[in-house]
Amino acid sequence: MKATGTYNQVKDVDPLVALTEHTRKHIDHWVSKFPPDRKRSALIQGLMAAQEQQGGYLTDELTTAVARYLDLPTVWAYEVASFYSMFETSPVGRNNVAICTNISCWLNGAEDVVRHCEKKLGVKLGESTSDGRIYLKREEECLAACCGAPMMVVNGHYHENLTTESVDQILDGLK
Amino acid sequence: MSAQPVNPNTPPDHVNIEIDGKPMTAPKGSMIIHAADKAGVPIPRFCYHDKLPIAANCRMCLVEVEKSPKPMPACATPVMEGMKVQTRSQKALSSQRNVMEFLLINHPLDCPICDQGGECELQDISMGYGRSVSRFVERKRAVADEDIGPLIATEMTRCIQCTRCVRFVGEVAGTYELGGMSRGENLEIGTYVGKTIESEIGGNIIDVCPVGALTNKPFRFQARAWELIAREGLGYHDAQGSNLWLHTRRGEVLRHVPRDNEAINECWLSDRDRYSHQGLYADDRATQPLMKKNGEWAAVSWEQALDAVAEKLRTVRGDDLGALVHPATSNEEGHLLAEFVRALGSKHIDHRLRQLDFTDAAAGWGFASSMAEVEKADAVFLLGSNLRHELPLVNHRVRKAAKRGAKVYALNPIDFDFNYDFAGKVIAAPAALVDEAAKLAKAAAELGVDVPTELAALLASAATDDAARAQAKALKDASGSLLIFGESAAMHPQASLLRACARFVAQATDSAYNEVPLGANAIGLSRVGALPAAGGLDARTMLALPRKGYLVYGAEPPFDFGDGGLAMTSLSKADAVIAFSAFASEALKAVATIILPIAALPEIEATLVNFNGTSQSVNAGAKPPGEARPGWKVLRALGAKLGLTGFDFTDIGEVRAALAAKPAQTVPQLQAKIASRHDGKGLARIASVAIYRADAVLRRAAALQAHPLNSGAGLGLNPADAAGLGVENGSMVKINGAAGTATLPVVVSAGVPRGGAWLEAGYVETAALPAYGAELSISKA
Repeated sequence: MKATGTYNQVKDVDPLVALTEHTRKHIDHWVSKFPPDRKRSALIQGLMAAQEQQGGYLTDELTTAVARYLDLPTVWAYEVASFYSMFETSPVGRNNVAICTNISCWLNGAEDVVRHCEKKLGVKLGESTSDGRIYLKREEECLAACCGAPMMVVNGHYHENLTTESVDQILDGLK
Repeated sequence: MSAQPVNPNTPPDHVNIEIDGKPMTAPKGSMIIHAADKAGVPIPRFCYHDKLPIAANCRMCLVEVEKSPKPMPACATPVMEGMKVQTRSQKALSSQRNVMEFLLINHPLDCPICDQGGECELQDISMGYGRSVSRFVERKRAVADEDIGPLIATEMTRCIQCTRCVRFVGEVAGTYELGGMSRGENLEIGTYVGKTIESEIGGNIIDVCPVGALTNKPFRFQARAWELIAREGLGYHDAQGSNLWLHTRRGEVLRHVPRDNEAINECWLSDRDRYSHQGLYADDRATQPLMKKNGEWAAVSWEQALDAVAEKLRTVRGDDLGALVHPATSNEEGHLLAEFVRALGSKHIDHRLRQLDFTDAAAGWGFASSMAEVEKADAVFLLGSNLRHELPLVNHRVRKAAKRGAKVYALNPIDFDFNYDFAGKVIAAPAALVDEAAKLAKAAAELGVDVPTELAALLASAATDDAARAQAKALKDASGSLLIFGESAAMHPQASLLRACARFVAQATDSAYNEVPLGANAIGLSRVGALPAAGGLDARTMLALPRKGYLVYGAEPPFDFGDGGLAMTSLSKADAVIAFSAFASEALKAVATIILPIAALPEIEATLVNFNGTSQSVNAGAKPPGEARPGWKVLRALGAKLGLTGFDFTDIGEVRAALAAKPAQTVPQLQAKIASRHDGKGLARIASVAIYRADAVLRRAAALQAHPLNSGAGLGLNPADAAGLGVENGSMVKINGAAGTATLPVVVSAGVPRGGAWLEAGYVETAALPAYGAELSISKA
């Protein structure tokens, strides 16, 4: 990963400007769940809220703003944002579609689901449609729903026992 | 169950352990690696560092512990009673070898082009634990490089992710600029957003890096470690006197690395001390004696130059002559110069070039607290100090105390950027600073201590408040408390007033009084007599009442003077200005009549006294360039030429012997006098010395000059004052002074108090502007 080179854009970010009131409320809620000197614990939820605000991905400004809002060194937020696969650190489509390709799903036809989606949307795994509607996430690990394989997660909601028809229906229903 | 057999020789809170069959005791809670290091049992390691928090992520230090099914990391396994550790058993060695193989999987085999080659921990340890043939046939990973500034070169493909640098910038430097990005096989150390490491001690990550991922940028591709000769050296840009090694090749200093001294710099070095050597080889280094003939500068021989100087000094002597000595001049030179000036019948010699207020005749004040005491303090008060820039490694000790829970307070002219939090902080413009100090002193007086007479009038008219009372009480109640009187206070136009308040507060609250000396050897020079004799003039008066001739020793006008404008005016009017200088800068040429090229500090045998009064002597580490000669030899030749007594020695040993035999100079007592309070009106200049512009060598060190901490000259204004002047951030303004004008950008900051105008000293643009405290005339450019 090359450094993003956005230091000059982010160095003066004001969290009260960059984060909407809704996002800040969400963070405040999570901060209140931990002891006052443990604001770092709210970092993941803070980044989730910021990602939601931006429509599915984090900009360096937002990541920086969350760290500032929590009084944390900004580099801690960069570490967390780049560590977890649930955070997107570059612009992606607004609907996050993650098809599980791990062992159980794979044995139950996940590859066909992927191929169908790629063909239908005209993008490869890891890419977004040009209208910014759907991001086909490259999923790395098992999503813990083997009983319903093959499955996928769309914007955090689990869809199990997928068939070509059900996938079409789900994807067509995305705004 | 019977009780454990107890070894009667076990010290309290210690346990008995055995490492490789050797019985020993170790403090409870300490790690196996501590005990092994103490006993001299070698355990390989990469991520463990004595001064950094334990991470246990490299796994190189795996050892076998009896009854433990798995090998344990020695750096993160606490000792337990009866523990038996094997560091060289089959199991331990095979674990270490396996880890070594993993660490080398992605490491490039580029040792032949790596700067770390020959002094690389990875290289050394892989000689002992690595295989000669790699079994890894897959593609190695490559990591994109990042530019982290002019001081540190990166080659991140070589990184083994030990995170020592991450822990250093976080836990020690306190700037949290590096982190581990991504995860698993993609884990990379970096800044993520691509920024320069802005810490004033960031260069230390080069030393803690066990591989060639972080190396010294100015030193890159200059030399191999085995070509270098290490000579003992001292830091000479601040009064810490950090111990360092000069790494030289054929007499040229190629780099500085720290020399461990727990009582002074631990194993660290400030960037200022690490990179200043570049300045020694600047283009304007004086390599030949220079003389002004008919307005033109000409290189002359030493013989001609010394004759000309002797000629001048036969007429310009006695009261007509003043000597201005740079405060980083060595004891030996200071002593000889004092003798020289005295023999010429003059009493006017001074090294306190940046001081503006001499009412209390303060000289030679330093630290009463040792570094260990600073670290253990429970309350610290900073009065007029940007400690982080003034003494970076003392600030590091204060930070350690603050992290332990010490309360730190500040009364400062600017809200300087610190790397710890304050329990209380007051920011005040120059005139108000005095009132705030009086407020604190008044609060201290309420603790029931007699107020010294010189302070009585000031305190009688001062009022105090609860905040000041709370601070005085916190200092009083703390088990170890200290007050640090910084450069910004010592350079203040009413420094004597601030000092009297500070000393009284320290006394009334049982706190140690520490003063940051204005110069690396200010204490030594005060001891050897580079101070005005009875009836002599101090540095500022010498310039305010112009002399016919001046000896300027090591100082570079206007930069090194508290009132640079005054220095330039008076020096340029003098008949003779004889400059002993390592550099022949344009500014010096503008005022000097003769320039005698002298060797810089790393090039001479020198003794410096640090802020704790520790006297440290070093031998010459490098060769002076061209015809430059050590200052003591120049003074000897001059003394002999003028037929002065006491200048017939042949080596430095005799100078040192004479110095030792000299009746112990007592640093002058503080006069029980203080300056009068001054009402502030208009915008008063606040001066602080820019970190990388503090002396002539630093001003020429290219890498430091390119560093972001060297922010460039600008006029710092409070938002309200900026609005009053109708200017905003980035507007250009013109500042007029008697000796020069400057056009500078405005930097609007809430950290500047109302009524203050912050102009850092040491920049070309600011050097000749009115001094600290002066009312500035500012107009839109």
